Parts: sequence; structure tokens; C-alpha cells
Amino acid sequence: KFSQISRSYDIVCLLGRSYRCKCRPPARDQFQEELVIRPLHSGDIYASFQFRTLWDTDFLQERQKKVSHYRLFPKSLGQVLSKFSVRELHISFTQGFWRTMQWGQPFIPSPPGAELWVWFHHTVSDVDGNWKELTNVLSGIFCASLNFIDMTNTVQPSASFKPLGLGNATDHRFLRYATLPREIVCTENLTPWKKLLPCGSKAGLAVLMKSEKLFHSSFHSQAVHIRPICQDEQCTSKAWELRQTLNVVFDHYTSGQGKKEWSLFKMFSRTLTEACPLASSSKVYVDITDNPELFELSPATHLLSRAVVLGDRRTYSVYDLTRAETFGQLRSFNLLLRWKGDNMLRPLLHAERYVAGFGLQTGEIHTVIYNNHPYRAFPVLLMDSVPWYLQLYVHTLTVTSKSRDNKPSYIHYQPAKDRHRPHLLEMLIQLPPHSMTEVTVQFERALLKWTEYTPDPNHGFYVGSSVVSALVPSMVAMSTNFTQDQPLFSSFVPVKEESSYFVRVYTEPLLVNLPTPDFSMPYNVICLTCTVVAVGYGSFYNLLTRTFQVDEPSPPLAKRLANFIRRIRGVPLLA
Amino acid sequence: MGYYSLLTTCAFIHLLVFMPYAYSNYLENKAGQFFSSGHTNNWAVLVSLNKLGFWFNYRHVANTLSVYRSVKRLGIPDSHIVLMLADDMACNYRNPKPATVFSHKNMELNVYGDDVEVDYRGYEVTVENFLRVLTGRLPPSTPRSKRLLSDDRSNILIYLTGHGGNGFLKFQDSEEISNMELADAFEQMWQKRRYNELLFIIDTCQGASMYERFYSPNLMALASSQVGEDSLSHQPDLAIGVHLMDKYTFYLLEFLEEVHPASQANMNDLFKVCPQSQCVSTPGHRTDLFQRNPGSVLITDFFGSVRKVEITKDTINLTSSVKPPIQRSGSSDMTIESLTYVDQLPVAEIIHQKPKQKDWHPPDGFILGLWTLILLVFFQTYGIKHLKHIF
Repeated sequence: KFSQISRSYDIVCLLGRSYRCKCRPPARDQFQEELVIRPLHSGDIYASFQFRTLWDTDFLQERQKKVSHYRLFPKSLGQVLSKFSVRELHISFTQGFWRTMQWGQPFIPSPPGAELWVWFHHTVSDVDGNWKELTNVLSGIFCASLNFIDMTNTVQPSASFKPLGLGNATDHRFLRYATLPREIVCTENLTPWKKLLPCGSKAGLAVLMKSEKLFHSSFHSQAVHIRPICQDEQCTSKAWELRQTLNVVFDHYTSGQGKKEWSLFKMFSRTLTEACPLASSSKVYVDITDNPELFELSPATHLLSRAVVLGDRRTYSVYDLTRAETFGQLRSFNLLLRWKGDNMLRPLLHAERYVAGFGLQTGEIHTVIYNNHPYRAFPVLLMDSVPWYLQLYVHTLTVTSKSRDNKPSYIHYQPAKDRHRPHLLEMLIQLPPHSMTEVTVQFERALLKWTEYTPDPNHGFYVGSSVVSALVPSMVAMSTNFTQDQPLFSSFVPVKEESSYFVRVYTEPLLVNLPTPDFSMPYNVICLTCTVVAVGYGSFYNLLTRTFQVDEPSPPLAKRLANFIRRIRGVPLLA
Repeated sequence: MGYYSLLTTCAFIHLLVFMPYAYSNYLENKAGQFFSSGHTNNWAVLVSLNKLGFWFNYRHVANTLSVYRSVKRLGIPDSHIVLMLADDMACNYRNPKPATVFSHKNMELNVYGDDVEVDYRGYEVTVENFLRVLTGRLPPSTPRSKRLLSDDRSNILIYLTGHGGNGFLKFQDSEEISNMELADAFEQMWQKRRYNELLFIIDTCQGASMYERFYSPNLMALASSQVGEDSLSHQPDLAIGVHLMDKYTFYLLEFLEEVHPASQANMNDLFKVCPQSQCVSTPGHRTDLFQRNPGSVLITDFFGSVRKVEITKDTINLTSSVKPPIQRSGSSDMTIESLTYVDQLPVAEIIHQKPKQKDWHPPDGFILGLWTLILLVFFQTYGIKHLKHIF
């Protein structure tokens, strides 16, 4: 309906131009949606939704009047961008942990909990103030407790998290990164996220997003990425790109609920009936690279697409939802897939993290990074942000590969300030081929003030995931051309050179117990009250009312008897 | 015959003359009614006070969500509801059906739904935040969805459920709010003209003690149990393994499911919800501070958002026309260099990165003191006149 209206407007404009009618200027924004389905070797299904809105406008240009006409781009985010002079914004909400060894690499990685990193424009004078207000505004937009992001969990990385969009100056003073590992993701976060889409959840691929099925999964991640990108191949002008991504891993097979067959209806309890009318392209891709003969895909399609993604050439079956014949006679599109074989692509880079030690005083953080490439060594950038209440001893930092010391070529360490700033440790480590590198650092647990404990302190305190960023050598040449027709899942990270691809791996978050006092109320009250009463009031009372009298020792029995007889006789007593 | 015709024509002329007056009177009455109506907007503050991490406090979240569902169904939009849930039950790992919260056993009714917006959750549900929301004293950067932006023509519904005692309520099992504090908060709201009428419903043990101390006008309160009584939970669900709802709110939900936006049910019907035979505890209510007769107060005055609409057929001119954005001029004339993406991991650049210029801080007190000591000792030993030998 919308596309028809816009087409009629364009026709009227063309006709009316000669009559100087006041008609709308040609729309400079477009919307694309896609769904990629990748069966994983463990029997799980990985579904990745991506919605992209491209808009040729400039929020930050001063000469131009403030943007007030929003069509496909959501107004709430546009106002946030212009008010806080944001150059790039990446926010993600994740439930579950991505198991790299079983599932491979995700298209867009994210750590458990909430993660927010923002590049501000170089004209901003008070970055910290803008950051604080931005987190509050985003907490209202996404119904999340992002207002808990403050100076105690924000860091300013010095080499990681380079901008993913256009730009030349990268002064890291304008970058802020924070993560909330405890943040829960539920329907209340999905509801406002769906409302940002041009078609909402009423048409297109977003009708599949029913929360009862999406949250019954082993991994669920929704993210919003906003950045400026090249508008065309010559890259002479900028356009703003808003990407909303939702990654889910369904575990029907591994949790024993089904066989190795699935369908859209089984996964999402819905089928597709139409593409979003506002979308210029709406496609479903199914990854059939592994054993294409053993797949049974229905309805069948002849459209195939080959893309190089994450250093591997994959083949996809494509279903175009903007064509009516995809929906068939029933006017509903339900994809069915059965497969038998399993084939695993071993990820080249993988990281783990855990806490070693015992007791509630000291401990040791171990980060283990695996390089599974048989003959190539490559550098990785490890970024660790540890809260201030785990006091790191940097002199105990050791980096070992293949049981030999491995000296990082770049270390940036910013120590924590109690209750002000967390620790930030960034290291550039060269990983030898086919090896395991271990980074260990000892820490001591701090005793917090009693008001700083959460209402459930015995649960423990979370430490955010470490981030490992690397340029992994690729078996297959990556394409550096930027074309509009590239599928969305392969065009997220800009590719500068053909021989390697950029990947980011997140480790597990840590849960550590701090020494916790006994908060049980009656015990504390009784102890305190009785102590105060006994010591304070008791001594005071004694001081005021106690008098000293001389007390003679009692006489022996014989003398007492003699005194008794003398008293009867009426004679003066003995002394 | 002639007399009759004269009478009818006389009556007809009278009618013609007086009809415009009658019509204008009718209009004036209607306008008067429109502007003198009690409230023009509705707000709801729904709070669940369970403790974090306690799965068996599922029923408090289900209580709050069932009132949320009724209030939304009867017309109050999400922007006018402040929902505070102290724990996440829907996506809790112990929930056998994720993203659902059921109120009836056998999973008949999912009160969580697909379109829920929680404003305060988890650690944010504290006494301080609750009182700040009520009184409006929030930090300036608080977003709109977390504020209670009511005015003096707002009817507010406040619903609290959780654990309580005689004169206090527990927030997250680590803080308490007393009935005096709550009464003072309402008085602040009255002084700041933040409500027109307020309905306070509480479903905790000894709930009646919470409204004993109210002293502001236009307050009506309902509680699930009297002082000295406990509020009991309703039925467990064997699949989920916990009690799903409290008795009072369960019967309240059943009552509200019968109410629709045009319903004429009034407060007296609400007072009859859950008598002692069903609830075991005795529900109580307080109406002495309320100015209207409870029998004339509609349920939808608080639970719904019935708006009075005035229809007009006049056209209104917008002030200024929307100008199209300035087209980028002269872009083809000048040679613009192409923009590039930033290198994601520039290894050489990182290795040779200069250390960050730290901002200059004046020397600390310790350093200053040390230098002063050194200088003092120096001058004492050598004296000033000897300095010229050195410099």
C-alpha cells in the first residue's frame, strides 16, 4: 500500500513539476530486510535477521536546518543522534553465550548482557556529560537499566573498537565503551526494538518475531548499529545506516525436542505472508554449503548466491519475498529443511576465560586464546575491563604461548580508581600458529561499603567479557568492493585487504564472590543494641548509683555463737 | 375547531421562538459538563515488591502484570503507565515457558503478553525511586517513560503488591517504606497538584495498615487484608511449580475481566470483590478522604482511560509550510576526495602509538610538602647569601 502511494506521488511529481506544484522531494532513504538461516553442525539452527535503513541526510551539519521529516528512519533515534552529536552508536542486548567451538563465528558478535559503545563527533566538548545523558535516554527507549552505566564501568579503549563507519580522524578521546553483564533481555526489550522498524511487526520478516519462541532458545541477541557509510561506489558522500540485527540459535534438536528437521513454522510459530511494502529488498538466505546433496529444501528454489563471509566461500539458496510467486498458492511461505550429515568448520580464533584460586581474598584471572590456524601467526588485540573491586596486580601479569613467555608488542594499562574508574588493560599479542596463549593476572577482592552491596550480594558480582579483536588470515580472497547488491550479512565489517578478515571474539563473563557481611537484620540489631546498652548504659548507671562501703569479713563460727549468747544476755558484743 | 387551531399555532410559534434558547442552553450545559468534568487523563503506577532471585515470588509479578493487562485493555496507554517489576520472571532460567507469566493454572492466561514495556526493573525498584516517581523529583536526564507526568486533572491508580507488615512494606527484602512516608508522599503530590483523585490498592499481608495514616484529600484506598491478617496465595501450577497469584488479585482480575470501557460498574462493586469466604482474609477500604460518593465513581475512572472527545467540523490552518531540505549544490563542480573506512586493526599504528598525553594536574599536596621541606632544609643549612655562589 505504501509503495503504491509513493509511486503515485512520484508520478504526480513528474507531471506536476511543469505546473510548479508543491510535491514531496524524491525519497532519499531505503529499507532492506533479510533473514539468513544456517544449520549448525550440532543440530541447532542459527537464524539471523538484519534490517537496514539507509538515509542520505546529515544530522550533524550545522548549515542545514534541523532534520524534522522522518520517513523510514525512526525519529527517536534520529533525535538522539543530533542532540548528542553521535558519530557511531552500537548497542546490543544478549541472552546466552555464543559457543564458538560448536557454532562457528557469528555474523555479528555480541557479549552476554548489554554492551554499548559510542563514537562522538569531534566537535563535542563534554564527552562524559553527553555519554551520561545518552545512556539515560537509551534506557528509556529500550526499557533497559542502561542508567546503571556510569564512570565506574565505562572505559575509553585506546586501540580497540575503531569506528566501523566512514571517517579519518580516530582520536580515542571521543570513544566510550561500557558493558552490563547482568542485564536481562526479555519481551520488554524486544517490544520497543520492533517498534523502530518501518513496518513494525505487522509485515515483512518481523512477523516471525514472536517472543515466546525467540526467548526459548540457547542464544538470543538483538542489536542496533548506526554509522555513516559510503552512499555509492565512488564514496564521495555519506549516508547514515541503521542496522537492526537479531540473532537466535534454536536448540530443538540438542534439547531433545525434535529431529534434524525444521521449518519456519516450527521455529517461529508463524509463516511469512508478504514482504514489508516499504522494503526495496526482502530476502531469505539458507546456507547450503555443507553437503548440498544431503539437504532437502522445500519449497525448492533455483536462485543461488555465493558470498565470501568470514573467510569462507559459502553458497546460499535465496528466496525473494518481493516476488509474489515465492508465496505460492497458499499465499504463505513456510521453509522446510531436513538434513543428515554434519560438517564442521573449525573456527580459527577462539577465547575462554575463567577465575582460578580459592577463598574470598585472592584469585587469578586466566584468559586463554586459541589460534587454530595450522601455519600462520597473527596478532590479536585483547581488551580487558575489570571493575575496581577486583584489584589487579599488574606485576603478576604473564603471557605465555607454548609454555614460553610471549611479550606483547603494545600494552596499555590504566589502573582503577576506587569507586571512580575500572581497570583497562589492552595488549597486542602475536599468536604463534596452532597454539594456545594464556594470559594470567592475580587480583585481590575488595571489601565494599555496606551500602554498595546489591540486594542479592550472595549471587556474586559480574565482570564483563574480554574482547579479542583480530585480523584473521583468510583461506579465500575477500572482496574489497562495496556494492549495493551485496547481501547484508557479508557487508557489515568494511574489508580493507583481501587476505584477512576482521573478527571479534567475546569471552565468558566472570561471576566472582566478594566477601559479604551478614545482612540478616535481627542478628545485627540484637548484637548492636545489646552491646550499646550493656557497655554504654551499664557503665553510666554504675558510675552514678554505685557507692562503696567498707565491708567487714564475717567472724568465725565460735565468735558468732558467743555474740548470739551475749545478745540474749544483754551484754555488749565482741568486736 | 378554530380555538384548537389557534392553540396549536400559538404553541408552534412559542416553540419556534424558544427553541433556539433551549438549544443554546443545551450547548452551554454540554460545554459546562465538558470543562467541569473531574479528570482529563489517567495514569497508573504498578509496583511489584518481590525479592530478587526468589523464584517463588512469581505471584507478585503475576499480580502486577494482571493489573497492567486490565489497565491497558481498558485504554490507558504505555506512556501513561509506570511499571516497576523487581525481578524478571518471564525470562528467568527457571521458567519452563520463557517469555510468559501465567495467572491461571493450566497456563490459561498469559498476562505478560507480546507488547509489554517495563519502566523500572531489577535493582531500579527501590524506595527512593518509587518516591521520586510519585513526587516527580527525578534527575533531569530521566527519560519520559520513567516519569509520572501527571497534572491536577489526572486520576492515578497505584497498585502495590509484595511482602509487608504492620505499618511497612518491604522493597526487595533490603529496604522498607513506612505508612507515614507513603502518606507524606501523597501529601506532597497533593500540594504540587499532581493528582485529581487517587486510588490506592495494596495486596500484601496486613495491607490495611498502609492506608491508616493518609491525610490528603481525594484518596481512596483498598487493601487485601486487615491488620493482623495475612494475605494468602491462590493456586499453584504443577508445571511451573509455584503459586501463580494471590487470592485478592486473582478475584480482582476476574472482576476486571468483566469490565469494558463503557461499563457502568462503580466502586461499590469493587469493594465487594473477594469477600472473606473466598479470600480468607478480610479486604478493607477507606473512603473518608474521598469527596465523591463511591457509588457514583466508575471503575473506568481509574482503571480505564475514557476520553471525552469534542468533534469539530472547522478547518484549521497550519502556521508554516514544510520547506524541502536544502539540496546539496555544486557537488559536481568541486572535486571531493573520496572518504575511506578506518582500518580496524592497524598493527603498525598501534605499536608506534605515542603514549596518551595526560592532562596536567597541579602537584599533589604530598609532593608540594616534600619540596617545601627540601627547600627549607636547604636554606637553613646554606643560608640565602650563599645562594649566589650556586646560581
